[in-house]
Amino acid sequence: MSVTETSGDTGRAADDGGKGAISDRARAERRLGWWLAGPAFVVMLLVTAYPILQAFYESLFRYRLTDPGAREFTWLNNYVVVLGDPIWWRAVGVTVLITVVTVLIELVLGFALALVMHRALKSLRPILRTVILIPYAIITVVSAFAWFYAFNIGSGFVNAWFDWVPGISADTNWFGEFGTSVTVIIASEIWKTTPFISLLLLAGLAQVPEDLQEAAKVDGATWWQRLYKVTVPNMKAAIMVALLFRTLDAFRIFDNVFIMTQGANNTEVVSFLAYRQTISRLEIGLGSAVSVLLFLCVVLISFLFIKLFKVDLASARGER
Amino acid sequence: MGRRNLSVAAAVVVLAGLAACGSDDSTPTLTWYINPDNGGQAELAKRCTEASDGEYRIQTSLLPRQASAQREQLARRLAANDSSIDIISLDPPFIPELAEAGFLAEIPDDVAETVTDNVVQGAIDGATWRDELVAIPFWANTQLLWYRKSVAEAAGLDPENEPVTWQQIIDAAQSQDKYLGVQGIRAEALTVWINALVTSAGGEIIDNPEAPADQVQLGLETDAGRDAAQIIEDIARNGLGGPGLANEDENASMLLFQGDRGSFMVNWPFVWAATLAGVEAGNLDQSLVDDIGWAQYPAVAEGEDSRPPYGGISLGIGAFSEHPDFAIEAAQCIVQPENQAYYMVTNGNPAASTEAYEDPDVQETFPMADLIRESLEAAAPRPQTPYYNEVSTGLQNTWHPPISVTPDSSPEEATTLITEVLKGERLL
Repeated sequence: MSVTETSGDTGRAADDGGKGAISDRARAERRLGWWLAGPAFVVMLLVTAYPILQAFYESLFRYRLTDPGAREFTWLNNYVVVLGDPIWWRAVGVTVLITVVTVLIELVLGFALALVMHRALKSLRPILRTVILIPYAIITVVSAFAWFYAFNIGSGFVNAWFDWVPGISADTNWFGEFGTSVTVIIASEIWKTTPFISLLLLAGLAQVPEDLQEAAKVDGATWWQRLYKVTVPNMKAAIMVALLFRTLDAFRIFDNVFIMTQGANNTEVVSFLAYRQTISRLEIGLGSAVSVLLFLCVVLISFLFIKLFKVDLASARGER
Repeated sequence: MGRRNLSVAAAVVVLAGLAACGSDDSTPTLTWYINPDNGGQAELAKRCTEASDGEYRIQTSLLPRQASAQREQLARRLAANDSSIDIISLDPPFIPELAEAGFLAEIPDDVAETVTDNVVQGAIDGATWRDELVAIPFWANTQLLWYRKSVAEAAGLDPENEPVTWQQIIDAAQSQDKYLGVQGIRAEALTVWINALVTSAGGEIIDNPEAPADQVQLGLETDAGRDAAQIIEDIARNGLGGPGLANEDENASMLLFQGDRGSFMVNWPFVWAATLAGVEAGNLDQSLVDDIGWAQYPAVAEGEDSRPPYGGISLGIGAFSEHPDFAIEAAQCIVQPENQAYYMVTNGNPAASTEAYEDPDVQETFPMADLIRESLEAAAPRPQTPYYNEVSTGLQNTWHPPISVTPDSSPEEATTLITEVLKGERLL
């Protein structure tokens, strides 16, 4: 996706420059662009487009892996079943809740961390970056287990350490009801992926021209004013890209839920629903339909971000 | 020239090496897919390889820890006609699904007769599908009622000599201000508990387990189903399962039982070996072991026999195996009574063969061996249907958390959900 768009942009830029006719140089550049991006594009088609099309094809059948003889073409019936089921809508609701809460908190936290890294003394910077990146380097399943054992009523230390907080006692069963379960899931997700968003924002911060900051300082702008009027507007593209990537990631959340609750207490998310139908129930048709719908949700999110918020991937990379 | 000679020589050496490998390795290798244990199955594979006198070699391949994950891997491999699967350690509830799909090789009648001789009835039932033996019983598991003698005495109960009911142990735990060890986690353990309650009350979760998916009739909206829900409700509402009931698996039950507020617990016999190991490691006190008693699984109604849960492992033969004859021979070797006795003593998993219980080592390690055998004879398998996964998950989704279970709504909710899922009208 990004590949086609980029080459399109380059073409358009060349058009403007060439006042209608494409110059030889622009044409050569465009050809070189295709040669450079082409192999990656082909690989993307093979590993992404093919499975997506295959899933769409399978989703038109009623097909159980342990009963291949009964495979039957049922048109869009699987989609009717999924979309007519309150379980699907509840899973979408939970997924949206987790996505919105985690991404918003991560944006604020990530921005603060990025500022700290940006302003830190040169000698401290590498250490600081490493420390902040540690959670992101941990495999999600491992971090999910760590959080699970920390909060689990049998093995956890959280109840013992925080029993002075109102509402927490030695008998608090974090994974016993929806509110507490989803809180732990969200907290672990934030802990794990805030470094990612702060790295993207750090790249954005580095792009804010220092002379603008100095000019604002000379004009007597306070720290807050500089942040709002100079820093944030100048790194809007980086913020939007960070938000887009994290939203897409958060919407596909699976590991934390799988490890911590196995979907108990209504904490089922959309990916988990797809897993349950395809892998546990071996209902390839129904599971593929859920997966295709999940894919469409992701496409919708990308579309909204790119069109509504005008995220420009090219400018985020500093090309324009 | 010199370089070419060198490469030819190298090729010859490589080819000779390959040929040598081939001729050395002409003995067929059988792959036995095993569930994780304490190394007992690997040892049995070694023993039976030796016993075959060079006819075949058995190697083991480890399946995931969770029974549901084992099924997922096996079903996917077998659906792709995986010929590397010769012998499979199968959890009984998944046998009908694999058998119905044609993933298990047929077991000849004469073999079926030998391997069911002197085998507890629960294990034979669990390995049978459509009146045919489709797997070879290996070890058989069941749950007992474990109790703290001091608590039972204080409550005026004598479970060892007089069978107790759920109501009695609920009252006892309540009057003594103690916790009951039961499995309320949304996992297979919950289905095991519900099935034991429903069958002990004289019912069945599924009335016609061999029916096609859209004709399956559930037996939950009955007195038996409501009695089962009532017991779970009583335990959850009164907080008798402890604060962690909604996440309590077998291991958590054991820890609860070993604690200060332990009283009665339904659980598999592994808890005995685990408690003894805890004492040996110095984590638990010997007085705890002296205080532990065991009795038959609690009944639902007074005067009626309980139907304890049935678990264990049976050996299936992969339908796409390249050496089915050797695989059947090897499986027969593995389930020899002396091998089962060895496995029971070293790995703590009860034998399916009644002969194994006569073994002096077994009697010494498991003072409750005779009770285990009797419980296995009375045990009720979980619903034997190719759609077991849907039935079990549907039950877990509607009967969890235990605090939400009521006799008026839970049986109906489960019936509606499972029936609609099996008809293909709902997600799970």
